[in-house]
Amino acid sequence: MAKMLMINPDKCTGCHDCELACSMVHESVFRPDATRVHVYTWEREGFSVPMMCQHCRDAPCITVCTPHALTRDPETGWVNLDEAKCIGCKMCVQACPFGNAVWDELTHKILKCDLCGGDPACAKWCPSQAIEWVDDVAATRTRKRAFAAKFKEVFSE
Amino acid sequence: MHGWNGQILRVNLSTGKIATEPLDPQIAHDYLGARGLGTKFMADEVDPKVDPLSPENKLIFAPGPLTGTYAPSGGRYEVVTKGALTGAIAASNSGGVWGPELKFAGYDMLILEGKAPKPVYLWIKDATVEIHDATHIWGKTVPDTTDAIRAETDEDAKIACIGPAGENLVRFACVMNDFHRAAGRSGTGAVMGSKNLKAVAVVGTGGVSCADNAAFERAVLKARDKIQKHPVGGTGLRLYGTDVLTNILNQIGAYPTRNFQTGYFPTADKIGGESLAANQLQRPKGCFSCIISCGRVTKVTNKKFAGEGEGPEYESAWALGGDCGVDDLDAVTKANYLCNEYGMDTITMGTTIACAMELYEKSIITRDETGIPLEWGNAEAMVEAVRLTGTGEGFGKKLALGSYRLADSYGHPELSMSVKKQEMPAYDARAIQGIGLNYATANCGAAHVRGYTISPEVLGVPMKVDKDEIEGKPELVITFQNLTAALDATGACLFTTFGIGADELAEMLSSLTGITYTTEDFMKCGDRIWNLERLWNLRAGLTAKDDALPSRLLKEPIPTGASKGEVSRLPELLPRYYELRGWDDGGVPTPSKLQALGLAT
Repeated sequence: MAKMLMINPDKCTGCHDCELACSMVHESVFRPDATRVHVYTWEREGFSVPMMCQHCRDAPCITVCTPHALTRDPETGWVNLDEAKCIGCKMCVQACPFGNAVWDELTHKILKCDLCGGDPACAKWCPSQAIEWVDDVAATRTRKRAFAAKFKEVFSE
Repeated sequence: MHGWNGQILRVNLSTGKIATEPLDPQIAHDYLGARGLGTKFMADEVDPKVDPLSPENKLIFAPGPLTGTYAPSGGRYEVVTKGALTGAIAASNSGGVWGPELKFAGYDMLILEGKAPKPVYLWIKDATVEIHDATHIWGKTVPDTTDAIRAETDEDAKIACIGPAGENLVRFACVMNDFHRAAGRSGTGAVMGSKNLKAVAVVGTGGVSCADNAAFERAVLKARDKIQKHPVGGTGLRLYGTDVLTNILNQIGAYPTRNFQTGYFPTADKIGGESLAANQLQRPKGCFSCIISCGRVTKVTNKKFAGEGEGPEYESAWALGGDCGVDDLDAVTKANYLCNEYGMDTITMGTTIACAMELYEKSIITRDETGIPLEWGNAEAMVEAVRLTGTGEGFGKKLALGSYRLADSYGHPELSMSVKKQEMPAYDARAIQGIGLNYATANCGAAHVRGYTISPEVLGVPMKVDKDEIEGKPELVITFQNLTAALDATGACLFTTFGIGADELAEMLSSLTGITYTTEDFMKCGDRIWNLERLWNLRAGLTAKDDALPSRLLKEPIPTGASKGEVSRLPELLPRYYELRGWDDGGVPTPSKLQALGLAT
């Protein structure tokens, strides 16, 4: 069964541990600017949201990637980036509807989530289960049930 | 260097000169960072006798070596200066995300000197550092300042700033960062205001490197595991925040009530962490790299006190609540929001109002002067007093002095519940002997975060110690004070000690920096920092006479509650404390002690 990164913003405490773990795994340095996951915080409301590549089924980044650096793995379905083929044209940055392909000014390369090859560090290091690496069918069902429960609360009053 | 950037940023606000300089590896080794590094530079560069609000005082912002890494709850920084409230060395610690951002911009420390000719803010983007005009931002609250500077610089900029209180030189104004976090105590914000510096905005795109990635990861995971499995560090603080302490302290009769008139507040549960969780809590919040998440995102819907923001934590809820006889949680939280927006220390704010309430009760001040009915338990008056202080109106101008100067101006300094002019926090030293010794000797004035003996004396962490016993307390206090000084200097949060200690901190520090720190080396760093702070205070003119508690705690037994009849036995503890510290009878470090710490001149 396929797995996915499930994001639960209501559980995110804004600690940025996911960014630190990600940059250490990929770049061997603690550098939030060099991560494949980014946490955005709205301080007034005290709300934080982690963002990373969704590995879309119909991925605009693959469509626009002329040198075919971005491809879909036929087995896992993940969108993979071959850094050796990347020419740094930044078309993927333009195309991604979520802003999840990022150009890094310091290393001059595209940063995009590779799911750590199947053991994502962000989920492992998240102290509040705001990012979970879970079975995709079960996870979407759980999410649906949680929202259904909210409807129940509203309508059963 | 690993862990450190090896670079210091120095800005002279009088001349506009901006320069970087290398960080001496030996100084980094001996003083680590944050509180330690800042104190070392204060000692080397600032005459301790200067007026804290003069251009000759310096204002230092310093993260630690762990700051910016994934060391658990290791993302803090320290503001070090001569305290506007105390005249003593001030080292106020803050979380949020600002400290790591300064690290990522490439600096281990920011030293601010002089005084800008007009209001300015500092804009740091990596190596680009500029002084910008802040005339149009002067007067704005902390949230509005943050929004305004982001609009001019970068929407992701991290902002440390002062509110109107810092501009108005409120003696206990603080430096606020990331909207809600405070380098709270001793008047750091007033020093910033005196320099005409409204804010420091930072964007850092660099990183922090590590000497041994695998060893550091192992050390961090081990430390994380210990904290996460701890009932306080792993569960209690996330569920209820620090305010979970309210009922615990009240039940043992150590909850200072109505300006320390007693140690028991019958309706304290109404402002405790459990009530907060049930009525106002939206979600827990963590600082950078925090796995504890004691922060409280809250909302008050009660129209009278409506608002949203963060807090209160325990000390704030107590100071603005129980110490003023107020048990209205909505009012307490509203007052906390106002303190954050104006940029004022909640502890000194609340305790100064409590002091004023006692002056009012004793008819030393009257309604004619205060303009508001400062009666015990009057929630509206308490909130209004906070607002007046923040805006600098009416009686707020007197409250802005802090409790010592306020009470002293009416000839009653004994009604200020302070040490070295800084108010005691939320643990009654009559009921808990060790914490009293810590209050009396803390170099920044009374503070719980210098030697938190509440852990063993009340919570039984890491071992249970009888709170009423005095035997062994000087040893305990010294150990906690040294550990905390070293811990602060790393950039770690004090709350990590609910789970880990010097062993784990030394292990993380060693693998990060590549320099081997044994537990003993680490503790010695703490001892060194403590003694350097002490030397600085002595040179500032403080003496052993200032290692004293208010006479109320020595002479007026607690009249009600579980600790009824108790007083502080500080005079029995102090001589032994000096002896164990390696200080003479006058509290002066002996030459041999200084020699051992490498502090001899």
